[in-house]
Amino acid sequence: MTKIKSLLIALLLSLGVSTAIAGSHGSTLDVVKERGKLMCGSNTGLAGFGNPNDAGVWEGIDVDVCRAVAAAVFGDASKVEYVPTTSKVRFTVLQSGEIDVLSRNTTWTVSRDSDLGLDFVGVNYYDGQGFMVKSSLGVSSALDLDGASVCIQVGTTTEMNLADYFTFHGMSYESVPVETNSEADAAYLAGRCDVYTTDASGLWASRAGYPNPSEHVVLPEIISKEPLGPAVRHGDSQWADIVGWSLNAMIIGEELGITSANVDDMKGSANPEVKRLLGVDAGYGAMLGLSDDWAYNVLKQVGNYAESFERNVGMGSNIGIARGLNALYKDGGILYAPPFR
Amino acid sequence: MKNNFIRKIIFDERSRSLLIQTLTIGIFAFIIYILVQQTAYNLDKRGISSGFDFLNMSAGYDISIRLISFTSEDTHLRAYFVGLLNTLLIAICGCFLATILGFLVGIIRLSSNWLFKNIAYVYVEFTRNVPVLLQIILYYSILLHLPQIKQAIVLLDNFYLTNRGFFMPSPVPKEGFGIVIASLIFAIIASYFLKKYLKKRQETTGRQYPIFLMNSTLIIFIPVFFYYITGMPIEFDNPVLKGFNFKGGMVVRPEFLGMLFGLSIYTAAFISETVRSGIISVSKGQREASKALGLKNNLVMRLVIIPQALRVIIPPLTSQYLNLTKNSSLGIAIGYADLVHGFGGISLNQTGRAIEIMMIVMLTYLSISLIISIFMNIYNKSVQFKGNA
Amino acid sequence: MRSLALNDLSHNKYYNWIVRNFFSTWLNTSLTIIALIFLYKIGTFFLDWAIFSADFKLNFQGQVITDRTMCSKNIAPGEYGACWTIIYARFDQFMYGLYPAEETWRVNLSFFLLPFAIIGFLFDKLPLRKYFIFFTFIYPFIAYFLLYGGPNLTIVETNKWGGLLVTLFLGVTGIGLAFPLSIALALGRRSNMPIIKSICVIFIEFIRGVPLITLLFTANVMLPLFLPEGVNPDNLLRALVAVTLFQSAYMAEAIRGGLQAIPRGQIEAAQSLGLTYWQTTRKIVLPQALKIAIPPIVNTCIGLFKDTSLVLIIGLFDLLGIGKAALADMTWTKLYYEVYVFIALVFFIFCFGMSRYSLYLEKKLKTDNS
Repeated sequence: MTKIKSLLIALLLSLGVSTAIAGSHGSTLDVVKERGKLMCGSNTGLAGFGNPNDAGVWEGIDVDVCRAVAAAVFGDASKVEYVPTTSKVRFTVLQSGEIDVLSRNTTWTVSRDSDLGLDFVGVNYYDGQGFMVKSSLGVSSALDLDGASVCIQVGTTTEMNLADYFTFHGMSYESVPVETNSEADAAYLAGRCDVYTTDASGLWASRAGYPNPSEHVVLPEIISKEPLGPAVRHGDSQWADIVGWSLNAMIIGEELGITSANVDDMKGSANPEVKRLLGVDAGYGAMLGLSDDWAYNVLKQVGNYAESFERNVGMGSNIGIARGLNALYKDGGILYAPPFR
Repeated sequence: MKNNFIRKIIFDERSRSLLIQTLTIGIFAFIIYILVQQTAYNLDKRGISSGFDFLNMSAGYDISIRLISFTSEDTHLRAYFVGLLNTLLIAICGCFLATILGFLVGIIRLSSNWLFKNIAYVYVEFTRNVPVLLQIILYYSILLHLPQIKQAIVLLDNFYLTNRGFFMPSPVPKEGFGIVIASLIFAIIASYFLKKYLKKRQETTGRQYPIFLMNSTLIIFIPVFFYYITGMPIEFDNPVLKGFNFKGGMVVRPEFLGMLFGLSIYTAAFISETVRSGIISVSKGQREASKALGLKNNLVMRLVIIPQALRVIIPPLTSQYLNLTKNSSLGIAIGYADLVHGFGGISLNQTGRAIEIMMIVMLTYLSISLIISIFMNIYNKSVQFKGNA
Repeated sequence: MRSLALNDLSHNKYYNWIVRNFFSTWLNTSLTIIALIFLYKIGTFFLDWAIFSADFKLNFQGQVITDRTMCSKNIAPGEYGACWTIIYARFDQFMYGLYPAEETWRVNLSFFLLPFAIIGFLFDKLPLRKYFIFFTFIYPFIAYFLLYGGPNLTIVETNKWGGLLVTLFLGVTGIGLAFPLSIALALGRRSNMPIIKSICVIFIEFIRGVPLITLLFTANVMLPLFLPEGVNPDNLLRALVAVTLFQSAYMAEAIRGGLQAIPRGQIEAAQSLGLTYWQTTRKIVLPQALKIAIPPIVNTCIGLFKDTSLVLIIGLFDLLGIGKAALADMTWTKLYYEVYVFIALVFFIFCFGMSRYSLYLEKKLKTDNS
């Protein structure tokens, strides 16, 4: 009898403990610090944004955001583990706490910000949905696409934009849903569809990988606003601040002319904003729960926004996208970070 | 006294089983309670909304493969029905084709021709030992390598085979077509009574009538006759290549064909095995006896072998139908807009209601499985031994 | 003379066999001819494509193939067959996924030990069977240590696992874990305690009524919602949970079939001898029931092994998933048939082997009983 009794008590106790564990939570920053690395939700593979290179090292402007956060938190941009996510599972992966930040060309929308329990903390690329067709079709405008078959990646905002655009212009189309980028490429190249639609940046990236890029044109119409940016779980504003300001630090770095090459020299600058940013004037790191040299580490190890852009997607890379909207507000773009004070 | 109580619990079967069951219920209830609490807490903490209100919100995406009309402004609920109908469509077509193919292969495997027998054997072994998902993907990629739309293969002038599907003329009924339909219904009813009457005659006089032949003639000729009398009230809407795609007509998409081929070729291999063992189970003596009674070969098959073989075939056939229906959920791999792909995939992603949607999808499959089981059980009862057993 | 020769021929058993099987009637003869033509066409086409006109490491110009544009069939379209170089180039990925190259010996060693762990279960007249069975029980720990890592071995996270490794891992572990669970379910379903019975029935029928893909989705997407924060089983583990539950329901039905075949009289006899329920079950019922149930159990295992390919839909890189990833690589894209035929062949070898084994058992069972 005692045996049965003690077994029962043990059972109840263990169940009780597990509920107690369920009730206690630390802040994301503490969890990340304790773990010793940042869990970053990335694309499964989109050249220029998030993609492992031949050596298996992740590269891209979305990847650079994660590296910046790691540099800010640990002072070491390499302390990141990348979790490739499909467009379908990315939000649940973030919600479940499996990743700390989702930096995966994800569009900031009201429903995602509220209903899905996410918080978007900034924009690292201003994109818009476009169309790519074979140049042999002789199409010069998206308004000529009536009756076309359109390849479209499911689980994204693009399918809604597409439906709205075609309905609004009174055109019909056949949607060919595909799961991933590479399946879309395959279906498009096989001629299953006439048009491939996704964010213009994605179209350029795909086109760069095709056997004959010059046989494909990206049409001029951009049918949607797609501000892409990193997202965190709702409800931890300290962590949201850290991720948001890691990105802002890169943009402010470009505004102030701080690069990874000259950041050490800039520490001696007389500009008070530079002093605050690089931690020469102490106190700003502590506000975020970080060390004072956090932004210095970001700029030193990852570089400013312009460096990241040029390295990954700019005219110098094999993607070849112009700065356009993604130039600083001073240079004709709309990139504008809040002041650092 | 205390000792007695323990003894009772351990050695008395009834009180022991009562204890065990109470404990089980208790533990289950507790686990479920914890899970529900935890989930509610998690949903709340992560700010995920829940509930079924999303079903009435507009879906915002289009589905090209559909049996009922659907635009992006329709609700998620309607998207559910579009998906459900697509699932049922592929399941029914798949079961139909798999049954025909399976019976054919099963009979070939019993043929006396060694080569034929073994070709069928190789087919069975190769298709049933390779995952159905792989086969679906493989057939779909073959279909994607059909000619592109501008180089369509033209069959019989108005049928076009391309990697965007098989385009064909669609019949458009005109005025007076109702009469043809009515005559068809009439013919079917008439053939039913004719069959009854002739069977009765056969029982009293012993004369055999070619009932099947007579009835099929009836069912085919009466509507055809009326069709011509009413002045051929069907027009054909031919597909015409305009701009990017064919306009008009009907189309069978490669996604549907890929699923159909994959599911039916795979399942047919299993069905052929059950058919084969069903036919073998009817003893050779019966065949010889019925031949000795003077029955012709096809009658031996139809009246003696098949009815008895069916008793053995139906139960495993049911589980093959169930498997095929469940496997139709693999449409997601090639973009066939079934229940899991459209409602369970795109709607889930846009609304984030994972629990609600997966629950609906699972319950739907459970109901479909249940309905198939019930119908096959009824059919099974009708083919089993009847009467004075 | 002539008639004598014919006479001789008709006594020849080979001649008779051929006539009976190929040319007995006119219909039969024409079928034979059709089949021969069909075989010739298909056979030559396939052999030519797969072997004679195919590229292995070099193309027809004698160059080493490094990407798809160098395949003979892409240089001279229509004249050449398969380009198997993609299989060579990605062979390690097909076997191990992204497992670190310098650690793959660990995977090889576990692959090598696997047959020894299984063999004791498969053949009951094996010499030293006791030791093999013992090894079966320690193998999971060895394999875990080897594959995942531990003291003295670097840890390889499961997101680096892939290819045949994942396929075999899910198949073997799923079956292994499902086995005890399914025995419990089968016994529970035949229990005379109504509550236990109904729980087992509901569980089994629920699992068998829904497609595996919905279970995988549930495990993948919803498991984290059910569990406390911080408890995050990785993707492979989630798939394993779904696969195990799925397999246990099907296996339980196979075992129930075996249980039903045990005559009621045996159980009553055992009970009248004073054996308890557990003694009866363990010593009398289960050994016999399992023996009868093994062929259908093996059939469910074949089904499960094939079904592991579904995990590609939730983003795991099993054999098929790795194949799709290889095709997504622009260096090798469009070589669909090579990849799919190769994967089909791997699955075929495993599944065909298992189905032969189940046939062998069925035959043995029949001779044992008669």
